[in-house]
Amino acid sequence: MSFVEYSEIIQEGDVVIIFLGHESMMPIKVQSGAQTQTRYGVIRHSSDLIGQRFGSKVTCSKGGWVYVLHPTPELWTVNLPHRTQILYTTDIANITLMLELKPGSVVCESGTGSGSLSHSILRTIAPTGHLHTVEFHAQRAEKAMQEFKEHKVSHLVTVRNQDVCKDGFGITAIADAVFLDIPSPWEAITHAKSAMKRKGGRLCSFSPCIEQVQRTCEALLDHGFEEICTLEVLLRVHDVRTVSLPLPDFGPEEGSAGSSQMASDVGQEEVPNTGNTSVICRTATPPREMAGHTGYLTFATKPLD
Amino acid sequence: MAECGNDSDAESRISYGDYVVLKRGDVFKSVQVENKKKVIFEKQWFFLDNAVGQLYGTKFEIEAGGSLKLKAAKHTGDSLDSKEAGQDNRHIVDDGRSQKLTRDDIETLKEQGLKGQEIVQQLIDNSTTFKDKTEFAQEKYIKKKKKKYESDITILKPSTRLLAMMYHGREPGKICHLRYDSMAQILTLGNIHAGSKIIVFETCAGLVLGSVMERMGGFGSVIQMYPGGGPTRAGMESFGFPSHFHEMLHEFPLCKVNALLAGTLDLSEKDADSEANSSRNGQSESSQETSGVSEEKSSEPQSMEVSVDPQEEMRRAERERLRGQKAQEKKVKMEEKRKKLASAAALLEGRNADGLVIASRFHPCPVLMGLLKFIAPSRPFVVYCQYREPLIECYTKLREQGGAISLRLTDSWLRHYQVLPNRTHPVLLMSGGGGYLLSGTTVAADAAKARNQHKSEEPVAKRLKLDEISSA
Repeated sequence: MSFVEYSEIIQEGDVVIIFLGHESMMPIKVQSGAQTQTRYGVIRHSSDLIGQRFGSKVTCSKGGWVYVLHPTPELWTVNLPHRTQILYTTDIANITLMLELKPGSVVCESGTGSGSLSHSILRTIAPTGHLHTVEFHAQRAEKAMQEFKEHKVSHLVTVRNQDVCKDGFGITAIADAVFLDIPSPWEAITHAKSAMKRKGGRLCSFSPCIEQVQRTCEALLDHGFEEICTLEVLLRVHDVRTVSLPLPDFGPEEGSAGSSQMASDVGQEEVPNTGNTSVICRTATPPREMAGHTGYLTFATKPLD
Repeated sequence: MAECGNDSDAESRISYGDYVVLKRGDVFKSVQVENKKKVIFEKQWFFLDNAVGQLYGTKFEIEAGGSLKLKAAKHTGDSLDSKEAGQDNRHIVDDGRSQKLTRDDIETLKEQGLKGQEIVQQLIDNSTTFKDKTEFAQEKYIKKKKKKYESDITILKPSTRLLAMMYHGREPGKICHLRYDSMAQILTLGNIHAGSKIIVFETCAGLVLGSVMERMGGFGSVIQMYPGGGPTRAGMESFGFPSHFHEMLHEFPLCKVNALLAGTLDLSEKDADSEANSSRNGQSESSQETSGVSEEKSSEPQSMEVSVDPQEEMRRAERERLRGQKAQEKKVKMEEKRKKLASAAALLEGRNADGLVIASRFHPCPVLMGLLKFIAPSRPFVVYCQYREPLIECYTKLREQGGAISLRLTDSWLRHYQVLPNRTHPVLLMSGGGGYLLSGTTVAADAAKARNQHKSEEPVAKRLKLDEISSA
């Protein structure tokens, strides 16, 4: 198992994702002899996990069952332990596309935070690229390094514990792309520019507040960046469900088939119910609430020197 | 670790045969660099020859005659700044007569060789209302004129970003109206990465295929399933991948999927041979006709003369040789086709593909149900559809059948912003929709389907909402 390469069989030391049901998952580290408690009972790593195929069903001690999944950056994003507010898959997907990331890309990122975006970048740039990630909080930087090691991706990443606004990314002229998710991104633009290749590159800055965006765009313009573009993207989920809509009773009609006529008016099959008849609709509805804002994404191109 | 960046300089320079993306403002076009070939882009025509040898990202001007010239370095400061500006537009009357230059005047200026910036300056000088406009309005005016009269072209290396934006802007119908942020979701939700084995079925001119290949970087394999005659690859070619990328690409016809699943797909040499034989028979039939004709011809002189005409003999031998050559070529082609089919079948047979991407005008339900059989457990799949209802059907079918979890039907809402001091707001026009996605993860197929259904994935809260709906 690794976050950048699939494998078939679960081994000791793997990080796996246990799927318990709708929107209920948990990551566990597979260790010989260890046990994990779930609401369906105990999972014994040695007998239930090691040697089993990813995707198989595991029956727990109480009789309930779960699925064991191969980790992916997307699963990690929804299951990782939060040390900071994180980026979610919708924003991550757009960042990846707009920064033109692919195998071999050299990327600079700050701040590392909880590593949500980092894992996604690593997956995309493997096996020939490299991620230089900067985190000014010492413990978070340490935790990130630990996780990268556990997830077997540390050969693709360098974590630096420093302040990107003062000290930059620690490298010059080798990055294809730079990503900033910091409180004052305009202070890091000079360093971002020097980290990027002479032939040009892409930059992205993520900020929750429009004032930050304004200052960042100004700084980008001052530094000669082009194609400056700010956008936001939100995911809308459609909950698929079957609903039953009752039909009204207009009283007995003169010489017609009655409710079956009404049902055919609606264009659906008639379904008898206690009392009035109903009609079945298979549809999708939005949830009551949805994420309305995560942050503004500002992209720009550093032109050819 | 790639600490010392050492770009291959050759890779960064434009060469003949390269696929490039031309950019002017927000408009893109994909073309191939060919010797002395006329290119038409944004109402201008020009040749790309002068661009060869230059670095990607270089800006060019179009000279009279259609040749490209390197754009001179930008002058510092905007010399178009005006000294005077008004406070608001209460006295400005829009009668369409404020610009004194006529269209002919402007044409004359162009013919005189005036550069774009100079033309814009002329327009400002000849506008009666410019000095009354507010500073913001003046900036907006200048921006608009620059867009029209400054014709800088940038030549870029193709990427998913550029091509997806280009197709969505120019020919959305060709890509089932797949907007670029939906494309972004497909590639990420599908966990497309180097070293995996991905099955793709698309009718998006090859754009989705190319995007998947870009994310795989030449590592691993992609099997493109195709309906009908052959796979569409035009969009993929526009990426300009190096030749070794093509070695990871396979194709397999949908019409043979059932045979493959049943284990009855015939990949033996015999198949190719019988086809070649039948074609040769067909050929020999037609050649028999011609030889029949020639025999008639030769029979005539034969009946008249004792010896065979040597020239006729030569011609007949030549025809035989050509026939043999054609049959040989056909045999080689058939063999190649057989080999390709066999290699694709070998990749699919194991039923252990790492991912599935579907984006087509076909009804997604049967495509999905058919192709999911080739995917290993604990792998993601993504289905794009321009419309929502077919994906609702897919969702329902998958819940009935089992074998997939974390099913999500989503679409992506995208909005651009204008960010300027004191003028920051969302852009006025917005994309109405970018299509829908159904994503999920495969799991080991379960014989006890009843137990699957028992573990409902729908939250308890849902039942409350149902009451809300029916009581409305």
